[in-house]
Parts: sequence; structure tokens; C-alpha cells
Amino acid sequence: MSNVRATCYHSRVSDSACVPSAAPAVPTTTVTSRHSALVRVTHWITALCFFALLVSGAEIVISHPRFYWGETGNDLTPVLFKLPIPASRNFVPTGYGYVLPDQNGWSRYLHFQAAWVVVFTGLLYVIFGLVSGHLRRNLLPTGDDLSWRSFSASIASRFRFKRPSAAEAWSYNVLQRLSYVFVIFVLFPLVIWTGLAMSPAFVSAFPATVNVLGGQQSARTLHFFVSLSLVVFLLVHVSMVWLAGFWSRVRAMITGRAATPMERI
Amino acid sequence: MSEMSSSKLSRRKLITTGIAAAAGVAGLGVASRVAQKYGLVPPDHGGIYGIGETLTYASQRLLTRHSLAREFSRRQISKPPFPNEIPPLNDAYKRLQAEGFVDWRLSVNGMVARPASFSLAQLKSYPSQSQITMVQCEEGWSYIAEWIGVPLSQILQAVEVHPQARYVVYYSIDPDWWESIDMADALHPQTFLTYGMNGDELPVGNGGPLRLRVPRQLGYKSVKFITRLTITDSLKGFGKGLGSAAPEGGYAWYAGI
Repeated sequence: MSNVRATCYHSRVSDSACVPSAAPAVPTTTVTSRHSALVRVTHWITALCFFALLVSGAEIVISHPRFYWGETGNDLTPVLFKLPIPASRNFVPTGYGYVLPDQNGWSRYLHFQAAWVVVFTGLLYVIFGLVSGHLRRNLLPTGDDLSWRSFSASIASRFRFKRPSAAEAWSYNVLQRLSYVFVIFVLFPLVIWTGLAMSPAFVSAFPATVNVLGGQQSARTLHFFVSLSLVVFLLVHVSMVWLAGFWSRVRAMITGRAATPMERI
Repeated sequence: MSEMSSSKLSRRKLITTGIAAAAGVAGLGVASRVAQKYGLVPPDHGGIYGIGETLTYASQRLLTRHSLAREFSRRQISKPPFPNEIPPLNDAYKRLQAEGFVDWRLSVNGMVARPASFSLAQLKSYPSQSQITMVQCEEGWSYIAEWIGVPLSQILQAVEVHPQARYVVYYSIDPDWWESIDMADALHPQTFLTYGMNGDELPVGNGGPLRLRVPRQLGYKSVKFITRLTITDSLKGFGKGLGSAAPEGGYAWYAGI
């Protein structure tokens, strides 16, 4: 019993919620929420926006799949690197004999619309997270987590592709916490910043935002790499969800309900 | 007892939600009227992407009304300058080109006190100004050049634009290629009618003999081969009413992003 309580230590549920089978008479009061409604709604809006940003971003990139460093770059200047793909514009030297259809118009409309939605969603999430204590309780690693032993144990179990313990259905482990914090407070701000640093009007008002990055083309290249890091996160995130039991975790993120540790035992 | 309290709670919840929804709708209505009044709604605000487009235009208009595009040093000028692909030039252009553009005219009409037609020589008689700014294409490439010309605001002053004017519509010699900007961009000190580049004539590949430079927006707003300006208070009567040829081809009217 004390073991079960311990698994609830980090989660939002009250003690009584940890023992649902002990109180079968009043089932509604023991149905617990793994994820709060706001976390679930903002998660799926973000997921939808990320998908829209990824597809439209890829479409924008293929109109000029060459990358540069510094202020300027074009077909006549040396590249930092280029993607080995055909382009959607016929004068870009790609080495391919054909040109992909131009989808830049709607892609740009969609990219910026999705960016607005994800920025508002992110702000709502962070404000809620600070006010409700969600960030401190569920995302910041605890003192224990940061001990070398617990950290290495967590990494080792990941590399052994060990199925997460029942307790981990109720609380994020240290690697999850660190990666979520990194995505929310480092990668998302960076991708917004490097995106804005490509806007000629925005940088006219805030020139330092592009100057410190080394120029407009540097901002574009950095935007590409930060986006790529977010894609890597997404792949790892989905693989981990898969490993942990895809439908139970997805259901928890949709309905908020999760199998309690007791039920799993 | 518990049933009663729960029904009370749900009624209270219903009323609160109703009030919040009504306030939201009323708030949006007020916001939309205020935005219209202060010119924060772009002409292509309809359709599924209208919200994002309006947010971008409104927020950038509020942040950047008077801000200056970044200017660069002479050694940052791209060498060689990059002439991007231009559509096939029409016969009217070729005829004028054969005569060294001496008959090239820029006509200015619409909501002005004195409609006029300027030759290149007349435009060059205004004190010339130059700026070293970046052309940034929506595709991703860019280059820096020195642009020489006359600020559009001086020409608008010369023809005496009516105070109720809100947009300047500008046309390339190719009739399918036209754009428009609001007065904040039209009167902006870096919006130039350019006839020179990097200390020389403006090359054909870069829009010669006359190109409107709007350095705070993406390259497609800097239309090449300019022959006509129309000043107006509404974009409804132009093309499909979306503001320019860009949204008719699927691209945003406002390209400050």
C-alpha cells in the first residue's frame, strides 16, 4: 500500500485517488485524472499545429533547398549545405531534371496561422502550468531525480528498451521531465525566435533579434535545425509512447483516464 | 441533496459559460471594428487563413509603423548582384527598351489633386537618395544591393494625395503583375521608386528601368517595371478585391513576415 502511495507522489491525484478499488461504492469520486483537461487540450492543439507547421515548412523549404550562413545567400553564392532533393522552382540548381509543383502560397498562409495558434496555446499552457503548479510538480526534475544513480538507472532502462513500470504511468521519469522542459523552454522559444528573425518587418523593429544570430540566412539555417530537433523529439516521444503501451497512453492524453497502479497489479 | 447541489452547479456553469461566450462574441465584434478603424485588417482577411493573416498584419503594423529596415555597409553588397528570373518581357516593354526607355512613363492617378505622368528624367530631377538594403524572397534566397531612387512619399506629395487615401496600388508594364501597400508603407522613408542600383542604372534583371522597393516586405512586393500608381481608399474595385495579384495566386497580400 505504501508503495502505491509512493507512486502517486509526483502526480496531481489525491491520496484517496490512489486506492480506487478500496472505495468501490462511490466510483465517480475515485476516477482519477492522469492529465488535466488543459494539458490534454493544449497537447492536441500543439500536436495538430506541429503537423501543419512541419508539412508547410517542408513545402516552403523545397522552393529553395539550399542553406547558407550569414546575411545573404542565393543561387550565385556558396552554400553551407544543400538538401539532396529536387526544388519547386525551376532555376534552383539541384541536379534534378524536374521541378516539383509550387505549393508555397498556401504553405506560407498555413505556416503562419499554425504558428499563431501554437504560440497562444503555448502561452496558455505555460501560464496555467505556473499558476497550477503543473510545471513545478510534474515537469521539473525533483532533487532525487537529479542524483547520478537515479539518472543513470533511468537512462539504462531506456537503453534496455524496458517497458516502463506501472508507476511511470502516473509520473514522468527524469529523462521525460528533462526532455519536456528542454522542448518547452528551449526548442519552442528558439524556433519562434529564429522564425521571427527571418521576417523583414519584425527585424526592422527589433534588429538585434537577427543580428545576434549572425544574419538572416543564419536565422533560416538555425530555424531548420531547431525544427529538425523538434522532429527528433517527436519521433522519440512517439516511440516511447509506443513502448509504454500506445493506446493506454493515448487514451490517457485524450480522456485523462489511466489505469491506476492498483489495476495494473 | 447532492443532486440538487450538482444541478445548481451545472446551472451556474451554464450561465457563466453563456455570459463568457456572449462577452467573447461581443469582444470579437468590438475588436473587429477597432481593427477596421485603425487599418489593421488586410484585404485578404477572408477564408480559412484570414485569422492568421490578420494577426500578422495587425501586430506588425502596430510594432513596425515607423521602424526602419536594416541598412548594410557597402562591403556587404552582394557580388555579383543576383538577378532572379523574370517573366518574359512583353512587346510594349521591348519597344521602350529599344529606345533606351526615354518614353517610359509613370502615371499617377486616383485620389490625388493633380494626376500626373512622370518620365524617368523627371523622376531623376528629384534629389536622389540611396539605401543599402536586402531583397528577401519568400522562397528563401536573398541579396543585398544599393538602391538609388526617389522616395515614393515625395511623388505622393507632388500629386497631393487626398487625406482619405489608404492604399497605393502599383502596376508593372505586365498588366497581370500588380500589388498594393497601405499608406504606412507608401509614406515610409525607405519605400523608393528606384532607377539605379550599386551606383549604376537599374539592370533589367533587377527591375529596370523602374522598380518600387518596399524593403520591409518580401521581394514580391517590390514589383519590377513600374508604369502606374493608383491611389485609393478601398481595394474592393481592384481585381478580385483581395488587394493584389499575390492573393489571387495564393500568396499573402501582406509580406512583412
